[in-house]
Amino acid sequence: MDTIALFAPTLLAIGIIFCVFMCWGIGANDVANALGTSVGSGALTVKTAIIVAAIFEFAGASLAGGNVTGTIRKGIIDPAQVASEPELLVFGMLAALLAAGTWLAVASVKGWPVSTTHSIVGAIVGFAVAGIGIDAVSWGKIGKIVASWVVSPALGGGIAFLLMFSIQKLIINSPKPSESAAKYAPFYLFLVGFVISLVTIFKGLKHLNIDLTGLESTVAAAAVGFLVALIGKRAVSKVTAVAVENPKEPLEAVERIFAPMIVFTACAMAFAHGSNDVANGVGPMAAIYGVIESGGEITKKSAMPFWILALGGVGIVFGLATYGYRVMQTIGRKITALTPTSGFCATVAAAMTVVLASKTAMPVSTTHIAVGAVMGVGLARGIAALNLRVIGNIVLSWIVTLPAGGILAAAFFFMFKGIFT
Amino acid sequence: MPFQNPLMQLFGQSPFKPMQEHFRIVLECANQVPPLLEAAQLGDQAGIKKSRDEIFRLESDADDIKNEVRSHLPRTIFLPVDRREVLMILDLQDSIADTAQDIAGMMIVRDMRLPEKMHQDIMALTNRCVDACNQLGKIMEEMDELVGAGFRGPESDKVMYMIDELNKIETDTDVHAVNLMKTLFSNEEQLGAVSTVMWDRVIHWIGDLANFAERAGNRHRLLLAR
Repeated sequence: MDTIALFAPTLLAIGIIFCVFMCWGIGANDVANALGTSVGSGALTVKTAIIVAAIFEFAGASLAGGNVTGTIRKGIIDPAQVASEPELLVFGMLAALLAAGTWLAVASVKGWPVSTTHSIVGAIVGFAVAGIGIDAVSWGKIGKIVASWVVSPALGGGIAFLLMFSIQKLIINSPKPSESAAKYAPFYLFLVGFVISLVTIFKGLKHLNIDLTGLESTVAAAAVGFLVALIGKRAVSKVTAVAVENPKEPLEAVERIFAPMIVFTACAMAFAHGSNDVANGVGPMAAIYGVIESGGEITKKSAMPFWILALGGVGIVFGLATYGYRVMQTIGRKITALTPTSGFCATVAAAMTVVLASKTAMPVSTTHIAVGAVMGVGLARGIAALNLRVIGNIVLSWIVTLPAGGILAAAFFFMFKGIFT
Repeated sequence: MPFQNPLMQLFGQSPFKPMQEHFRIVLECANQVPPLLEAAQLGDQAGIKKSRDEIFRLESDADDIKNEVRSHLPRTIFLPVDRREVLMILDLQDSIADTAQDIAGMMIVRDMRLPEKMHQDIMALTNRCVDACNQLGKIMEEMDELVGAGFRGPESDKVMYMIDELNKIETDTDVHAVNLMKTLFSNEEQLGAVSTVMWDRVIHWIGDLANFAERAGNRHRLLLAR
């Protein structure tokens, strides 16, 4: 209690710095993965992607990000265990932020495929086990989180497969592909708008004091979906007129029709990423703030101040502008194998899966879902060549990241404890 | 900075574009065979050498691409079609260039002039065999569209039809070859035993240009088979 009262401003300041550092890491690396498929399919320039990311990451974090933040800040550790020594939670969360941020930075430099989500979860578990005790961790919850890491890429892959398969059946393999594309494109856009907004409305708008019934939500989501479809139809119709007139290369025309639609999926993806991954950086900060604000009381219910989410958003945009820019350029050049149709399917499927997962408050890995979705598209014969060795890399990154984040966090935890007490 | 991320690692290098590139070179190589034989009939040493050098250069270029494709196609690469079929088609494409090289090699080391009356027949056979290669070239140019369509649908029907066409051309070359062989053996006194044997060999090689093209086409059929 005394420690917190004594060092409150200092702790808060350190927390803010670490939070921005962690979010910088997310922006520098993870956002590029989220939008990589959009940039890679050539429909989006890097500049547009960054603007889209800045706006929709922020919107996703503030509108639909609350659930995952809750899990990160109080779902992994049982707060009752540290009620008598609240400063431990503050030190631990600081340590977790620093550890995850450091691990992300190291991994980015070394080129290891790690996930921000896995880093932060590993870090929190690490400090809790080392600093508080093995019982402090809600192992049941951890089990669910780990299970979601397996289920979510599979789900993303499944959705991507079905989308790609339907596009091939309805459009590519129809007698007049470009006309079918113009006909069905708005339906796909409706689907994007509908699902994303439905999930957002269902869970996200609660803390904005907007409460809708199930039917109202569905109607509102349908309206958003319809709006998206309408805007999309306008964008597509310009391309279509040219494409339908020139039936020589019908499949190329289909790709040209799908290209402007990628912008919408990129928005959806940035939104989804914001709703899930911003929580990784912001969750621990919220926990720190909660303890300090209440003067050392570990409250189960503390309001999530908006400025913390904004802090996360700023950190991400900063990371994107300073480093993620380059990563995205590399991805954009490298993924030439992705056509607009397959890029569309992969991104939509990944976005849907991430938003669905954040509804259940599970911190999933956007990167791994994106990988799963791309594989799904590939299995539907939408991509020329897939390197299946990536699955091995992902499993390896799990095995390495969880203990690495944990050990780092434990070390930082004892360091902070030593400094402040 | 070594930057790898899981998304980028996920995309293997597609073999289809380089395979098209490979066959474009092979095709150029095969299309050098008619001028080569023409020069050989005229005894135009400079012309033979020019065509021979061109064929050897193209064959070596094609080899480089072939090795490149193979080295990017480990077992962990997942393709929309059977990896073995892809490698087999690549092999057959390469055999066409190799055969052109064999023919060029023979023309340069030995005086391969034929009696006047055989000129027309030998050129007709050669041109028809190169036609078969060109037909395979058209099929290969559809490859990227086929990948986009998932090797199904109307695009696949179109290619199936092109393969049928290739089969017809190959049958045609067989007729030409049989006729030419008859003429060859009826002139064996005039040609001499060694020349006859050598021409028997060269005619087989020329026919092989079409045979390899047809076999590659039939492998394409397997890619499209449902």
